[in-house]
Amino acid sequence: MNRGSPVIEVRDLIKNFAVSSGFFGRPGTFLRAVDRVSLLIRRGETLGLVGESGSGKSTVGNCILRLLQPDGGQIFFRGRDLAAMNRRELQTIRGRVQVVFQDPLSSLDPRMTIKRIVGYPLTVSKQVRGAEVEDRVLAMLREVGLGKDHLHRYPHEFSGGQRQRIGMARALITEPECIMLDEPTSALDVSVQAQILNLIHDLQKRHGYAYLFITHDLAVVRHISHRIAVMYLGLIVESASKDTLFENPCHPYTRALMASAPRPDPFNRQDLAVLPGDPPSPVHIPPGCRFHPRCSSVMDVCRLEAPPRVRIAADHEVACHLYPST
Amino acid sequence: MDAAFTSRHPRLRELLLTLKILSRNPSAVAGALIIGIMAFMGFSADLLAPFDPIRINLSERLNPPGWGHLFGTDEMGRDILSRVMHGARISLRIGFMVVAAAGMTGSFIGAAAGFLGGRIDNLIMRVMDVVLSFPPLVLAMALAAAMGPSLNNAIMAVAFVMVPKFARIVRGEALAVKEMPYIAAARVSGAKNFWIIFNHILPNCMNSVVVLATLTLGETILIAASLSFIGLGAQPPAPEWGAMISVGRKFVMDQWWYATFPGLFILFTVIGFNILGDALRDVLDPRIRR
Amino acid sequence: MLDYGKTLLSIRDLSVRFATYQGLARVLEKVCLDIKSGEILGLVGETGCGKSVLARSVLRIIPSPPGKIAAGTISYQGEDLLQISETRMRQVRGNRISMIFQEPMSSLNPVFSVGNQMREVIRLHQQVSKKEATRIALDMLRQVQMPDPAAVLGKFPHELSGGMRQRVMIAMELSCGPDLLLADEPTTALDVTVQGQVLAILRRLAGEKGVSVLFITHDMGVVAQICDRVAVMYAGQMVEVAEVKELFSAPAHPYTRGLISAIPGAEGEKGAEHLYSIPGVVPGLIDPPEGCRYHPRCEKKRAVCTEQTPVMVKLHADHDVACHCCGPSREEGRP
Repeated sequence: MNRGSPVIEVRDLIKNFAVSSGFFGRPGTFLRAVDRVSLLIRRGETLGLVGESGSGKSTVGNCILRLLQPDGGQIFFRGRDLAAMNRRELQTIRGRVQVVFQDPLSSLDPRMTIKRIVGYPLTVSKQVRGAEVEDRVLAMLREVGLGKDHLHRYPHEFSGGQRQRIGMARALITEPECIMLDEPTSALDVSVQAQILNLIHDLQKRHGYAYLFITHDLAVVRHISHRIAVMYLGLIVESASKDTLFENPCHPYTRALMASAPRPDPFNRQDLAVLPGDPPSPVHIPPGCRFHPRCSSVMDVCRLEAPPRVRIAADHEVACHLYPST
Repeated sequence: MDAAFTSRHPRLRELLLTLKILSRNPSAVAGALIIGIMAFMGFSADLLAPFDPIRINLSERLNPPGWGHLFGTDEMGRDILSRVMHGARISLRIGFMVVAAAGMTGSFIGAAAGFLGGRIDNLIMRVMDVVLSFPPLVLAMALAAAMGPSLNNAIMAVAFVMVPKFARIVRGEALAVKEMPYIAAARVSGAKNFWIIFNHILPNCMNSVVVLATLTLGETILIAASLSFIGLGAQPPAPEWGAMISVGRKFVMDQWWYATFPGLFILFTVIGFNILGDALRDVLDPRIRR
Repeated sequence: MLDYGKTLLSIRDLSVRFATYQGLARVLEKVCLDIKSGEILGLVGETGCGKSVLARSVLRIIPSPPGKIAAGTISYQGEDLLQISETRMRQVRGNRISMIFQEPMSSLNPVFSVGNQMREVIRLHQQVSKKEATRIALDMLRQVQMPDPAAVLGKFPHELSGGMRQRVMIAMELSCGPDLLLADEPTTALDVTVQGQVLAILRRLAGEKGVSVLFITHDMGVVAQICDRVAVMYAGQMVEVAEVKELFSAPAHPYTRGLISAIPGAEGEKGAEHLYSIPGVVPGLIDPPEGCRYHPRCEKKRAVCTEQTPVMVKLHADHDVACHCCGPSREEGRP
């Protein structure tokens, strides 16, 4: 599979949310959920986007899907700026970027049968009709390990893992190039999670999809990703290829994240409380480096200046004052 | 029912399951039974009713209940049982027409308001608030009076009054449904607003609408009877329950049966719809369903 | 290594049924489990395996109807908790056995301040003045390493973050000095770094106060890090109970082995392309498979597995397993 040609490129993406609408229509306060985030998702490659709640990782995904309107920056699909496209051009791109959500039950309409759920991306666009829809749906169900006897059932008649397969089938039917996987396995049990991760992996091998895999689980992201970006409070603090990141994590937050994830190894008990405090709310972003109130290696400069992104190796960028740009 | 057949027809399967659960709920059965009897009497009144409901027979004026006339006769000698049976048809027809009209309009308005949000939502819901701020009977009376006394006008007046009830319930549900991930998935696949409203929002609000419709049916029959009672609804000699009570009122001291039987029928019908509605609310609740 | 004390709570042959529209669900089937004093016992299993129902049965708080404890005993300090009166049960709840839940917000009253609620709980179980109760509350908050405990007392639950709320719950439940804390996925809803903090607090406090903890989770990593012993459940049955290191190094039951192999990252630093995954799906509990409920997914199933329900047998001192294929002759069960 030829890996490498960029499918989605995000440059300096900014997204603000209004916290309060203000009094009598005066502008209220804003929170910056995503601050100048840049990403590159290549064909046949999985980019893991890791972060805790409030880090803005899902907001980045929703901007790429055009579910949210970005407040700044650009998103390119196959080199074309989405913002510069008109309605008709956008319509042709619809379906080329697809999504699979975290909760497999609430992402399927409980009132629709599997045939309608999986088939409706086709019926909506009116490209395909009648019996052909059923054929295509069936082909997709087979692709994700389901079959003909599942066509006329409702989502609640399936187990969590099967529902996530249905979600995959719906995403695949429009022949997308990029699929955003928003915590696709975190609502599933371990044994089912393994099945779904294997499926996700196999589909990429077969079709060369570009994945944006959003998760908080480092073990999962380590298993599935080729490259990883770590987000904290709307900012990418470190990005590298998977092996580089796990062999040489540089940002103190990345290290803390790795250290506090419980490992299934009872012979080496970890000190789990490596990072004090809670992730601060994005409404009150600390000045300087956003991580400094929780950082163990905080310096004076961290409280004043936001660190720039520094390239410390070919495929390794980090935003921390410990690694000054030279 | 054949299992292979139902596996091809998911809607039928779901309906059968709902009926099965309903059949184990005693109040649902009681409510359905009452309404079933009323509906049966109404639809087969032409065959079952012992007398013509409007033929005048002055020799049998104001007979008390007895073997000839089970519910007695009125001041024109008409059989009250036959009139009450025909009245069931009129009342149920009014009820279903009103609820169908109000339910469809109200649901669509509510779904659009909830889903589209913003200014449209504000505008629609403030109009609904204005309608809701009048007591339903008074508003229906004013509207029916303005349009002139006739059964069709009464139906339209009551339907208009009932629209905001549906709009409000559906809007609330739509606000919850529109945040569901499957709506986002539909958008990603290129679905447009109206497609989403008809295919996702409305079907997912149907449970509440069905419950509300059942409860509203009872209320509608009561309001329609009230309108007829004051002469704004069904016109004589139509055997409408409210209209019958209105005339029977004059005789209530000496001929108690005249107003009593139509009154009892109104009572049972309204109770029937209300307990069925309550039972439906329990049964359709997805939390207890499985 | 903890010096295991005597058995604190002993569950024997507990069976629980839930009436559903589809039929009677056999949610727990003859479950046996001992909790020893001072230990952290992990209870793992997949969604719907009955682990939460087990904990709730101990406190007799399963919703009833539709739930019903059909058979079994839960003996605690010479009493059968399933037989005692509701009045006596209320004394046990909170005083001797407490519980914390996945979502602390649902157990905290949104209209009262944290201090108010903590004081109330403390005074419900101890005869102390309001001032003394405040002092105890402050002390407890300090013990759960709450930053600025005095300020937290005046706050309302919604003003706290998820991690802080869970700390308040732990402080509140431990303030009555229970012997046993039932923790139902207390860190599942928390962020990784916050989960680490809460786990560390639980581990330390349980040790200091000598409280036994029944820690329900589906995360094998969490189990490995904080538990002394582990009980594994599958589809309403207990399949394996072992000391934690033993369980991870020599899991006996095929299901336990599957669970451990399916963890991403468990296969080594580099990792294979494919994770091990248990074939098939978890069975329904209304019409569960005959015999061993795991047999339709088991790689080692034999004829006997489809006919007889295996009973718990002792492999050795701290390792029990319910499996026809890995009985006391241990070599057979090893991969």
